[in-house]
Amino acid sequence: MSLLKICDVSLNYHSIKGETQALNKVNFEVNEGEFISILGPSGCGKSTLLNIMSGLLEPSNGYVLYKGEDIRNNLDKIGYMFQKDHLFEWNTVWENVILGLKIKKQLNNESKERVTELLDTYGLLRFKEHYPSELSGGMRQRVALIRTLALKPEILFLDEPFSALDYQSRLLVCDDVYNIIKTEKKTAIMVTHDIAEAISISQKVIVLTERPSNVKVEIPIDFKNDDLTPFQKRKNPLFSGYFNRLWKELEKSNE
Amino acid sequence: MSKKHEIQFLKKQKTINETSIITKEHEVYLKKVKSTKRRIVITRILILVIFIALWQIAANLKWIDPFLTSSPTRVVKSFVSLYEDGSLFKHIGITCYETILGFSLGTILGALIAVILWSCPLVSKILDPYIVVLNALPKVALAPIIIFWIGNGMPAIIVIALLISVVTTVISVLTGFNEIDKEKIMLMNTFRASKMQILRYLIFPYSIPIFISALKINVGLSWVGVIMGEFLVAKDGLGFLIVYGGQVAQLDMVMMSIVILSIIAFIMYEIVAFTEKKLVNDKN
Repeated sequence: MSLLKICDVSLNYHSIKGETQALNKVNFEVNEGEFISILGPSGCGKSTLLNIMSGLLEPSNGYVLYKGEDIRNNLDKIGYMFQKDHLFEWNTVWENVILGLKIKKQLNNESKERVTELLDTYGLLRFKEHYPSELSGGMRQRVALIRTLALKPEILFLDEPFSALDYQSRLLVCDDVYNIIKTEKKTAIMVTHDIAEAISISQKVIVLTERPSNVKVEIPIDFKNDDLTPFQKRKNPLFSGYFNRLWKELEKSNE
Repeated sequence: MSKKHEIQFLKKQKTINETSIITKEHEVYLKKVKSTKRRIVITRILILVIFIALWQIAANLKWIDPFLTSSPTRVVKSFVSLYEDGSLFKHIGITCYETILGFSLGTILGALIAVILWSCPLVSKILDPYIVVLNALPKVALAPIIIFWIGNGMPAIIVIALLISVVTTVISVLTGFNEIDKEKIMLMNTFRASKMQILRYLIFPYSIPIFISALKINVGLSWVGVIMGEFLVAKDGLGFLIVYGGQVAQLDMVMMSIVILSIIAFIMYEIVAFTEKKLVNDKN
């Protein structure tokens, strides 16, 4: 059975000037442990879709099921990561990563230990007492990911998580985040407009059409070797084939 | 690869630390910074000394009429005589008390109203034109009414001082609240934070610099309110001394009160600025 099922999700935006249809009957499924990218032209409602899938926004029509149950009854199972890291500048790295736990009143010795372990595994433990302004962009993004992971989510939603970084750190952080999500065995859904990023990180790419968007095509990505990092995948001979195919799909959806 | 990245970052930090081993060039630079700083302080003091000396000389040589302009020695004499009759510190104390109470109550009340308006956006929208009118209205115009309502005494003065600062506080704090990145609030929503938790963990810490800058403005505004109130109530305080001195043609007393007022206002501002430095800059 699929972990997440998106059924006939539609969304209309209302403003004084009128009604805009952003999403039109989107359907797809996500299996446990998968890394899925949602790719689409800018302004096609990718982030809106992500907000609906994570239960932050209510769709006009349709529903999102988590293990066959409404997602809104399972909000504890999701973690969300934004384009910007949104670390609180007035808090230390430690205070930042335990923020979610503190709010959910889950801060205890066991959860503290788990967070410490996460920090240690991903090379941030010695920066525990530092302030975010003292960290590099990539480290900040990792802190943000650990803040999300601290709550033990089953599914991670990533909203263009690398686009605020410069090109070099983007590649590095992409590898980092991919490894972290893979080792922690999480299901992840990422929204992006970067074709190369989508191919290199995910097992399936879902291409959306122009507004009102629905699913145009689902393309499984398989490099025949699960141990490749996103960076290595970019250099794999299969990469350019996928790239050309997705490029064409996006081009068609722009017509 | 991330390890490499980190090492690079650490190296960068190390080079910053290494520059703290002072080179000749850096030493010259530091000296220059220091001497510029010293020159500024000396010039500041000099301006004050020359001004006072000129004032005194002009009064002594009858370039100006000391009856109208007073003179430093007359100011000191007036100071000493008030000090000897024991009322000087009473007046200073009362004025300070009213001012401190005025601006702190104004800031707290203003911040509270801002929190309420922030949590009810609809109310905030409805009240918007009224707040604009209240902000534009010169609050001292309300002073006679307030004295009638509350009575001719210290509470009326404090209320006038409070009224002057409360509306600007509401506006500046509310603007600060609304400037917070919407995604940060969404982040809190992904944690299912309640409105109180959003206030406590996000809005308040974020707004400390805004509170302090409101406080800074309110100190100045409160002085206006208190002195104005003392003019009208006319019982005690530096404002009373100024009005009384004017009425009995004792301009020495007026000048002295103004001098004391400027010194205290300066000190109070510095205290707030110091707190700001402690609270805001230490964190960054």
